[in-house]
Amino acid sequence: MPFEIIEKSQIVPTIHNMIISAPSIARKARAGQFIILRIDDTGERIPLTIADFDREKGTITTIFQEMGKTTVQLSKMNAGESLLDFVGPLGNPSEIEPVGTVVCVGGGVGVAPVYPIARAHKEAGNKVISIIGSRSADLLLWEEKMRDVSDELFITTDDGTKGHYGFVTDVLKELLEGSEPISLVVAIGPPIMMRAVAGVTHPFGVKTVVSLNSIMVDGTGMCGSCRVLVGGETKFACVDGPEFDAHEVDFTLLMNRLQMYQDEEQLAMEHYEKCSGDGCQC
Amino acid sequence: MSVLERQDMPRQDPEKRRSNFDEVAMGYSHEQAVNEASRCIQCKKPLCVAGCPVEIDIPAFIKCIADDDMEGAISELKSMNALPAICGRVCPQETQCEEVCVLAKKGEPVAIGRLERYAADWELENKQGEPEKPEPTGKKVAVVGSGPAGLTAAAELAKMGHSVTLMEALHKAGGVLVYGIPEFRLPKSIVQKEVEYIERQGVDIQLNSVVGMVETVDELLDEYDAVFLGTGAGLPSFMNIDGENLSGVYSANEFLTRVNLMKAYQFPDHDTPVKNGHKVVVVGGGNVAMDAARCAVRLGAEEVTVVYRRGDDEMPARREEIENAKEEGVIFRLLSNPTRILGDEKNWVRQMECLDMELCEPDESGRCRPVPVEGSEHILDVDVIIIAVGTSPNPLIPKTTSSLETSKWGTIIADDNGATSKTGVFAGGDVVTGAATVISAMGAGKIAARAIDKYLNSNNL
Ligand SMILES: Cc1cc2nc3c(=O)[nH]c(=O)nc-3n(C[C@H](O)[C@H](O)[C@H](O)COP(=O)(O)OP(=O)(O)OC[C@H]3O[C@@H](n4cnc5c(N)ncnc54)[C@H](O)[C@@H]3O)c2cc1C
Ligand SMILES: Cc1cc2nc3c(=O)[nH]c(=O)nc-3n(C[C@H](O)[C@H](O)[C@H](O)COP(=O)(O)OP(=O)(O)OC[C@H]3O[C@@H](n4cnc5c(N)ncnc54)[C@H](O)[C@@H]3O)c2cc1C
Ligand code: FES
Repeated sequence: MPFEIIEKSQIVPTIHNMIISAPSIARKARAGQFIILRIDDTGERIPLTIADFDREKGTITTIFQEMGKTTVQLSKMNAGESLLDFVGPLGNPSEIEPVGTVVCVGGGVGVAPVYPIARAHKEAGNKVISIIGSRSADLLLWEEKMRDVSDELFITTDDGTKGHYGFVTDVLKELLEGSEPISLVVAIGPPIMMRAVAGVTHPFGVKTVVSLNSIMVDGTGMCGSCRVLVGGETKFACVDGPEFDAHEVDFTLLMNRLQMYQDEEQLAMEHYEKCSGDGCQC
Repeated sequence: MSVLERQDMPRQDPEKRRSNFDEVAMGYSHEQAVNEASRCIQCKKPLCVAGCPVEIDIPAFIKCIADDDMEGAISELKSMNALPAICGRVCPQETQCEEVCVLAKKGEPVAIGRLERYAADWELENKQGEPEKPEPTGKKVAVVGSGPAGLTAAAELAKMGHSVTLMEALHKAGGVLVYGIPEFRLPKSIVQKEVEYIERQGVDIQLNSVVGMVETVDELLDEYDAVFLGTGAGLPSFMNIDGENLSGVYSANEFLTRVNLMKAYQFPDHDTPVKNGHKVVVVGGGNVAMDAARCAVRLGAEEVTVVYRRGDDEMPARREEIENAKEEGVIFRLLSNPTRILGDEKNWVRQMECLDMELCEPDESGRCRPVPVEGSEHILDVDVIIIAVGTSPNPLIPKTTSSLETSKWGTIIADDNGATSKTGVFAGGDVVTGAATVISAMGAGKIAARAIDKYLNSNNL
């Protein structure tokens, strides 16, 4: 049974919003979980975080960035078309408890997966301070949505075109040094950002949670492709995570393992560009 | 008395098959099948039947082949075994029916497995039988997992008239038959045909459904009258040695899933890649290790070595597959055990350190335990390592199901009929026994289906 795309739009250059009809997943989805999709019969299985869900309409919202073959192909699809496979919800939901003040940090496309977590914390009665960042103002996403679920919202851009000129960690550090006690930091973004966040919060002893995006195949604990090192122990990000204690994560290993298929990814992209459309040479 | 010699199985030439994923064993010709069938001496008290986990009337189906009655042969087979085309290819006949064949004592046993395959392939080619549609009972059963246990349970329950929904986590049905066992040993088109047959029986197959996540077993029980768990033993074990998380180190499950389910051997026409090393080491000595090693050969590795901590006789893989692997150039480093894996500055695996082992005297259990030879550390150069040292059941379902008892190995506890500690929930196959065989999983599926039928009839649900 194929899964229909209900809505599809570009939010900012190279980042897209896709709403998919998947009632049984929408019924169960919770903040922090993800899905795995496959476009067609020759496609790769790729994980995307559940950025939002609508139990009544039976839909799942994903936000994805064009990275390579699969996400570029996905970006060309439109409402009315269907995905062959769509499975979830996978992974553990975020732990949401009344804890006090929670800082939610989202970098780049990571703003989208942070959104349902921020919303859940807000609903749980926590004070939510959000810091969202991007390379440049035109790449910043979901500012309004984040504002709606946050008591305070900070914006940073690498080039200073909006908000604070610099990184999300600059603002985070100031908050930690301020007078308000912070109980929890949740950070989702590129591994390098998550590592920097962990570095900033560590001296303050503030519990910090990150969502790891290691390479996955099945997403059910069957292959071990997604393994990460947390507190010196091997974990499967798909079933033990994807969220882990940032201060225990071996980010270098994560980043190295993400590079594993660089050559093949390039080849896949070239093959796709050559063979998509009418110009197939093979 | 039989006069003929056991008929050889025509196989693809090793040099040629090293570079393709086509089936290695090509199947008997009609003449070979009839000749082989006529070797059976039709014992009055056939030992082979007792050697078969599902008690196929072996002499009867073989007699049909000898008499050129293929319809008879297939109906004899199918009355006991729903998946003969699969079993004829992957069952370890040499330790089951063929081991106890009377002719085995005098030389060569009748090639029962090859004949089973011949009859089943004949049916797939010549007879697309339509399944009977029994009177519906109005009872609903959920079967979780589409490996041989789940497929068999679903087929049997459908035959009894129950309405069956089969839920599978992956995007294709078949379990290990599609993600683990490679195309060159079990063509996926055969599994597909069996799955289609079961669908024609009326079984509703729901792919992409991870039970425990999308619906728990407790929730299934609200909707269905009974549940069968055939979720296999899919969680890969690692060795817990240094360097296991280096890039280029795979579990056999990941490597085989990429190659077989995701068709990485057709990359980039299929999108999923797999790293193909120059020097590949596979750790382990079972069927899984042989399959991984033989896939690595076909992907173009220059050197593929199986490292196993016991000796040749102790390897649990089927003899036939070990021989096939050797013919294809796989090197065996026996009595050798990895102690750590070394990588470069980019986290890529480069070397593996091994220790020589020696086998001590057998203990009371009869097993020789390998013990390390002190000071025998040595280094192998390697760029891909595939770890095939075993699997256990995935904890997902036990973790999300109330009062479902498991053993300390993580297997679900079930009685001889497949009944678990939870009322209305039955289980069978690798999830109960730990990693075993296709035929034992099928047997368990069939027994559980009968027990479920009884349960459904006895209860005023
Ligand atoms: C739990 C999880 C949640 C994620 N959520 C999102 C999200 O909400 N939005 C989003 O844009 N991206 C998300 N990602 C990353 C996304 O899955 C990858 O960008 C995507 O798989 C890239 O595929 P590609 O073919 O387009 O690019 P490729 O050219 O194949 O790869 C680009 C990069 O993506 C990574 N990648 C490749 N294949 C996989 C794979 N099968 N699994 C994971 N990573 C892979 C690689 O490290 C590579 O460097 C998530 C990843 C994980 C594990
Ligand atoms: C590489 C390899 C080679 C082998 N070679 C041989 C051989 O030559 N001969 C032989 O007899 N045996 C062989 N075996 C063993 C044999 O394949 C298994 O014993 C058999 O497949 C077990 O069947 P099963 O139905 O219990 O489980 P599986 O075949 O493992 O099927 C279980 C299914 O359940 C699904 N599942 C798991 N969890 C869930 C969930 N929560 N929700 C939904 N679905 C779920 C899985 O995705 C899977 O499809 C081999 C095994 C492997 C791995
Ligand atoms: S993706 Fe296969 S185990 Fe996590």
